[in-house]
Amino acid sequence: MNKNNLILYIGILIFGLAAPYIFPAFKVQLSILCILIVLAITWNIQGGEMGYNTFGNILFYGLGMYLCASVQVGMFFPLAEWTESGGEKTFVHTPAQFFQGMAAGLVVAAIVPTIVAGLIGYAILGLRGHYFAICTLGLGVAAGEISGGIEIIGAGQGFTTPPFPNVGSLEARGEFFYFLSFLVLVLTFIAVKAIYTTRFKLILNAIRDNEDKAEAMGIETMKYKIIGWMISAFFCGLAGGIMGGLVGYIDSTDVAFDGREMGVFMVLMAILGGKGTLWGPVIGATVFHIFKEGFWTFFLGWQYVALGVLIVVIVIYFPEGIMGWLREKYPEKFGEVVDEADRKAQVEIK
Amino acid sequence: MDFLVFQYPMITVQACLDGILLGVLFALIAYGMALQWGVMNIINIAQGDLVILGGYIAYFMYLYGIHPAWGVIVAPIIMYFVGIAIYKLVINKVVDRDLFISILATFGISILFMQLMNFAFGADVVLANSGYGTTMLFDNNVVLPNSKIFSAFISILFAVCLVIYMKKSKLGRAIRATAQNARAAKILGVDTEKVYAATFGINAALCGVAGALISITFTIHPYMGLPYTIRSFMIVIVAGLGNLPGVAMSGMGLGVFEEFADYILGTEFRIGSVFLLLVLILVYRRFKLSRKREYLK
Repeated sequence: MNKNNLILYIGILIFGLAAPYIFPAFKVQLSILCILIVLAITWNIQGGEMGYNTFGNILFYGLGMYLCASVQVGMFFPLAEWTESGGEKTFVHTPAQFFQGMAAGLVVAAIVPTIVAGLIGYAILGLRGHYFAICTLGLGVAAGEISGGIEIIGAGQGFTTPPFPNVGSLEARGEFFYFLSFLVLVLTFIAVKAIYTTRFKLILNAIRDNEDKAEAMGIETMKYKIIGWMISAFFCGLAGGIMGGLVGYIDSTDVAFDGREMGVFMVLMAILGGKGTLWGPVIGATVFHIFKEGFWTFFLGWQYVALGVLIVVIVIYFPEGIMGWLREKYPEKFGEVVDEADRKAQVEIK
Repeated sequence: MDFLVFQYPMITVQACLDGILLGVLFALIAYGMALQWGVMNIINIAQGDLVILGGYIAYFMYLYGIHPAWGVIVAPIIMYFVGIAIYKLVINKVVDRDLFISILATFGISILFMQLMNFAFGADVVLANSGYGTTMLFDNNVVLPNSKIFSAFISILFAVCLVIYMKKSKLGRAIRATAQNARAAKILGVDTEKVYAATFGINAALCGVAGALISITFTIHPYMGLPYTIRSFMIVIVAGLGNLPGVAMSGMGLGVFEEFADYILGTEFRIGSVFLLLVLILVYRRFKLSRKREYLK
């Protein structure tokens, strides 16, 4: 079993490294897929394991996006003039400046959202159930509306991120962003998998199942909830920073704090794959991204209508997701002991 | 900082009056939300989109030469059936499930409605001109459009009619019984399925009235739905379920808050301040409740 798993992981790793050369036309799509998987996995820490259905992880994603781009520009050029000129040709990053700025920007984009999550966590995570859901929804939209009014980061007209420097090869931009996002995906997966083997995951599950009882058993639930949120914020910030560079243009409500799209996508992907499983969000995000791109191509113009229908259908008919369906069908594969006679008896009753 | 509000006291009066008239409309929408939350335990994210749809009905009457004020009667009738249709298609499958499922499902409906309206009516900001003129108060220092006064009057009229209907009629009694205890109501012969459908229909009809009034007094746009949902949610949690004077008061309070936020922070932060206020109210509520919990310990 263990050896099989190792072969599986190595296979996926090799496939991931080779993917941009196998599908050279889909580099951007593959990078977006990596980002989506990161978002789904981190949402699952709250929504799946902890039972706190958040719409607010988009806050950290958008924050990371703005911070990464601001640092990347602000390290070498005056930020206010950059946004005013709309990223015109007067300021050009040399390759060294671009990569230094990106590295520093990603560090800031990971750390600041983590701190923000820690600071607001005590206030927000004390809410329960639907109050938490609506509060985080409000938080995401408020962040979008407020950042749309701040002049230095472009206000309503948007923020152009530094264009990729000319390093000789035309393929370099796609490969750089793909490998960056794949690296973040691998890091996220390893970190989350490591967390899920510890007592921390059991505590999160205890909070999901009955928070008051967990507290009565002597677990400081608030501490663990905040740590869980900070882990999510760290990786969401990184993902946002990369996505900003990949898209090349940041708008407050349509790209960064896009609660209507990205904020719902991460919830939907995790639910489609199966909440509360390690592989569920990965599968869900992959299936969702393929479906979405299909919709976007064939139903051009009607994509959001299709998205609305998709949300309703998934939520009503597949609340357990793909992993939940597999688990019901093949319980042995998930380490559940099944009594054969019992199962036969169940079939006969039906 | 030289805020206009502090330099000219008349602007304060203007903002208060505008806010109160606006708040009455918010209270009407919030009453619908409180109704379905209390009866079916569902938070409808699509509430605001139903409002906007009602607004478009009045706007289309205006385009075809009928006075938009008649939309106050036509919109609720159409919206009632829209509400019933939504209930039959989606809501009755999520009504007894986890609350988050219903939030997500109605979020999906909200996105669907938003985009369908965007296709059908275009992405322009529109308003239906009622031609009611304005009233000048205090030596022409305070300007009140008559349409705002009209809309506040109609909202109060509908709210009063609904309260009387809920108290006196057979369906109203059935709705109140289901809200108290759905299972007991079922045992005593109330068709709860029908009650749920009627509740959702009444809620949609209320949204239709509010939407028609908003299209007369303010502007409507396919993407403006979500703020109305958030406002009504906020009003309901401040006032509590089934507290009608509270709903009216907190609706007006929110209206006044918004007008002042508009003057002091600027129009671009108006919607942002509403959402931020929601977060602050919920956080305040959380600390108040946690103190109570410690007290109980």
